[in-house]
Amino acid sequence: MNIENIKSQFPIFSKKINGKPLVYLDSSNSSQKPMCVINKLNDFYKNEFSNIGRSIHSLAVNATNKFEETRESIKNFINANFKEEIVFTKNATEAINLVATTFGQQNIKEGDEIIITELEHHSNYVPWHFLRETRGAIIKFAPINEDGDVIIDELKKLITLKTKIIAVTHLSNVTGTIVPIKEIVEIAHKKNVPVLVDGCQAVPHIKVDVTDLDCDFYAFSAHKVYGPTGVGILYAKKKWLEKLPPYIGGGAMISEVKKDKIIYAKLPEKYEAGTMPTAEVITFNESIKFMESIGIDNLMKHEKEIKNYALEKLNKINSVKIIGNPKNKAGVIAFTIKGIHPHDIATILDEDGVAIRAGHHCCQIFHEKMNLTATARASIGVYNNKDDIDMLCKAIENCRKIFDLK
Amino acid sequence: MDLKQLYQDIILEHGKSPRNFGKCEGYNHDAKGYNPLCGDKVHVYLKLNSGKKVESLTFEGEGCAISLASASIMTELVKGKSFDETRDIMNAFLNMIKNTSEIRSNHLDEDQKTKLMSLSGVKQFPMRVKCATLSWHTLVSAMKGKKEEINTEVID
Repeated sequence: MNIENIKSQFPIFSKKINGKPLVYLDSSNSSQKPMCVINKLNDFYKNEFSNIGRSIHSLAVNATNKFEETRESIKNFINANFKEEIVFTKNATEAINLVATTFGQQNIKEGDEIIITELEHHSNYVPWHFLRETRGAIIKFAPINEDGDVIIDELKKLITLKTKIIAVTHLSNVTGTIVPIKEIVEIAHKKNVPVLVDGCQAVPHIKVDVTDLDCDFYAFSAHKVYGPTGVGILYAKKKWLEKLPPYIGGGAMISEVKKDKIIYAKLPEKYEAGTMPTAEVITFNESIKFMESIGIDNLMKHEKEIKNYALEKLNKINSVKIIGNPKNKAGVIAFTIKGIHPHDIATILDEDGVAIRAGHHCCQIFHEKMNLTATARASIGVYNNKDDIDMLCKAIENCRKIFDLK
Repeated sequence: MDLKQLYQDIILEHGKSPRNFGKCEGYNHDAKGYNPLCGDKVHVYLKLNSGKKVESLTFEGEGCAISLASASIMTELVKGKSFDETRDIMNAFLNMIKNTSEIRSNHLDEDQKTKLMSLSGVKQFPMRVKCATLSWHTLVSAMKGKKEEINTEVID
């Protein structure tokens, strides 16, 4: 597949935004969808729709098989050992909540410690905060440095006999920092501490191999990986899924129900109560095929080239400041312009068809640490090219003109 | 949508050099406002005289050009007004931004109305309405002597 022409597979790019061609630089928030994904969703509802699971009619059997095929594809895509280690949730946030709640019930008591980092998205902080509120857990923040890298030695020092779990992002949605997960897992496992990884930003943009990382839990969402909304994925080592209690109760997660006892279903159904986003899960298989058809190495190479081009161009614009300079940076670029608030930047860029995000990006801890209230963020997806970056820079020049910056 | 109407010179000028910025001497009311969507903050300081009229009004905060300009213009227009008059002006302002694009208030002269009208471009940008209204809600809260912070996700 020619990566230069990939934009043509995304129908949204034939639309005009405010009369201008769309320059979409908000993929960290959510990605646009290729035609194969849109077609599959439509096709499934049109020709194949059925719920999955118990029914034995042909449509149900077909849907169940397709649903499980996606699970198998995800297993292979992230190199898990068993299909049962892949659990579907509503989104990555729910996947993290699932772990925090069930792990917390079983393992967290008053005074126990949870380590997260100053880079975390609120979705990898608030679920742990619930355990602080309900069980008296203590949350410790592994600090980051000026560049936006987690200071591993400091993280190491935070681990005590009371540390029960470490929860850390794989790739920052503000600085683009690629966190050395393998190193953190090694450190944690030496002290018998399990690790949960928030992989939302990593799976769409870098190679993820959960067996190599050896993490205990890995959460991500389909919609950032060129897939449909409504699907989160939790990878968890089998030993944890067997040991932890179920999260949501209801149909499909049981094997036997009596008046005096309930036996839960085997894995992974134990964690998949009620009707799942059937069509979306089945559709997500197309997103994985799409990623595989490009090849993750090609995709990484392409996005790196666009990121480097963007950094080079942005750094040349007076008064633009890139936030963070991590050792290993993906295509997530937070920036500020001296004299223009990020919300004004986003509004003005939008008029030129350039979609970025402004605000704290659900990372208030990070912004507070960096003494910022908000930043503007341009984030790169597989469909972006150098023309998009040129348009971004042109639109920024327009901002500077409106605000009369020298 | 028209950027020029949103970012009129008067808005940019107030945004760059907001009037009445800081703490006013002898303030007897204050309130904080917060917009969790963007992290913008405003702190309004107010001195009401014995006749319950605004003797001085200042603000501190961080925000976009729209929110700073709105707060700045507010501090100029509300000086000397009573609580009821201030609330009337705020309602006229909210009505302009959300509905009518015009200012209907008996408590402002034509020049003051024109000044407030410079924010009417916000109406075309629904995502930015809260930037313009945060300081006004915070001012009314300060006048009422409310303790809790104004939060744009909780108010209209």
